Amino acid sequence: MQKRLVLDQQQIAIILKRFCHQLIENHDTFENTVLLGLQPRGPIVLDKIAKTLEEISGQKVNTGYLDATFHRDDFRRRDFPLKANETKIDFLIEGKEVVLIDDVLYKGRSVRAALDAMIAFGRPKKVELMVLVDRKYTRDYPIMPDYCGIKVNTLESQYVSVEWTEKGFEKDAIWITEKA
Amino acid sequence: MSQLSTRHLLGIKDITTEDIQLIFETADNFKEVLNRPIKKVPSLRDITIANIFFENSTRTRLSFELAEKRLSADVINFSSSNSSVKKGETLIDTVNNILSMKVDMVVMRHSSPGAPHFLSKNISANIVNAGDGTHEHPTQALLDAFSIREKLGDVAGKKVAIIGDILHSRVALSNIFCLQKLGAEVMVCGPITLIPKFISSLGVKVEHDVQKALEWCDVANVLRIQLERQQIKYFPSLREYSLYFGVNKKMLDRLDKEIVIMHPGPINRGVELNSDVADSEHSIILQQVENGVAVRMAVLYLLAGVR
Repeated sequence: MQKRLVLDQQQIAIILKRFCHQLIENHDTFENTVLLGLQPRGPIVLDKIAKTLEEISGQKVNTGYLDATFHRDDFRRRDFPLKANETKIDFLIEGKEVVLIDDVLYKGRSVRAALDAMIAFGRPKKVELMVLVDRKYTRDYPIMPDYCGIKVNTLESQYVSVEWTEKGFEKDAIWITEKA
Repeated sequence: MSQLSTRHLLGIKDITTEDIQLIFETADNFKEVLNRPIKKVPSLRDITIANIFFENSTRTRLSFELAEKRLSADVINFSSSNSSVKKGETLIDTVNNILSMKVDMVVMRHSSPGAPHFLSKNISANIVNAGDGTHEHPTQALLDAFSIREKLGDVAGKKVAIIGDILHSRVALSNIFCLQKLGAEVMVCGPITLIPKFISSLGVKVEHDVQKALEWCDVANVLRIQLERQQIKYFPSLREYSLYFGVNKKMLDRLDKEIVIMHPGPINRGVELNSDVADSEHSIILQQVENGVAVRMAVLYLLAGVR
């Protein structure tokens, strides 16, 4: 299978650090800010960012995991229903500034569903989107990231795979792979 | 795997252990949804569900209706007491008339065992059995096992005693199938007249002494005496039944272990279960009701999700 490296471990670490500095710049004390990792792959990015933020600024940020499976627009349009993941949000987001975090932005449909799912926890003051990889020219919805690790050109026949050491891979890495 | 092996939920006997686990995992997610400030998700917004109840029901019908509404489905309710069934319409005609109004799913309770199975062979909509006579009540068994899993961490390896009127109970049969599929040991306990003759062929223990059953089990699921199904007298009086087969606080105090008390409702207080047990810290009866909505949401979501 053809594979092209997009980001290696060091580059990912630099991007995550950059994200943290950008967040500190925009959200200062994080008093009114919450970070939400979009299931199933956003939480791992979120956890890394929360940990780095604490290391850099000594601040503990409110974090949660958001699953948007029940809010997707492709229910009954697939051969079988998607399996839901855990939503873990122990606070209300009413009046908060929310940063939604995911690994790859593709069609934008997951983010649309997440925006819908999020409202069950209150009306946020503002929502921002943070992604490690933005697949250019592939969007079905008018959704753009506020924080972006890298923009890549991809084909429909390709997918972006994100590997983490926490998931058993040797090194953190992001690849563009041809679909089998 | 995120797909059930069946298009209908007719009985626990017909589904696999993997199906049950998938329903539980999905119900975990729906339970979280039910604890949100806004308890509604849009998954079933383009689906119409008919709740067809040929028998009386309060809890099950309300629980299904709430589950459907929490999933944003359109709901129509039908009960035979004020319908054309009274005028002699057949089951298939009644259901086909409802389906011609573009209904996608049918939740049905019927007094005849096998009615939903019969229907599933004749109509195209997904069918959920909400109780068919003395045969099965699959969603009750699923919510019972889900509640045990929630309380004790796992169902496998647990000892569950089903106490009471086993003969007329659809809950008992579905519970036996469900608990065994999940790896629990099951005992039935009750007066000899209310235990089906060949029940031990299902691989369950049989006991007639309630105290011994309580000593054996981790969970006691106490069933209602179903007087409305009893054509003849199976025991001399309710007072005598309560004396010999009712569960009370004194019996629990004699145990030197923790025990979980369940009841599918409605409770005949003072008959099969005393108030001092039903309202005690051992009881998870109200959690069962709460879990019922989440489990039914999971069943409807998984059945409706198949194209």
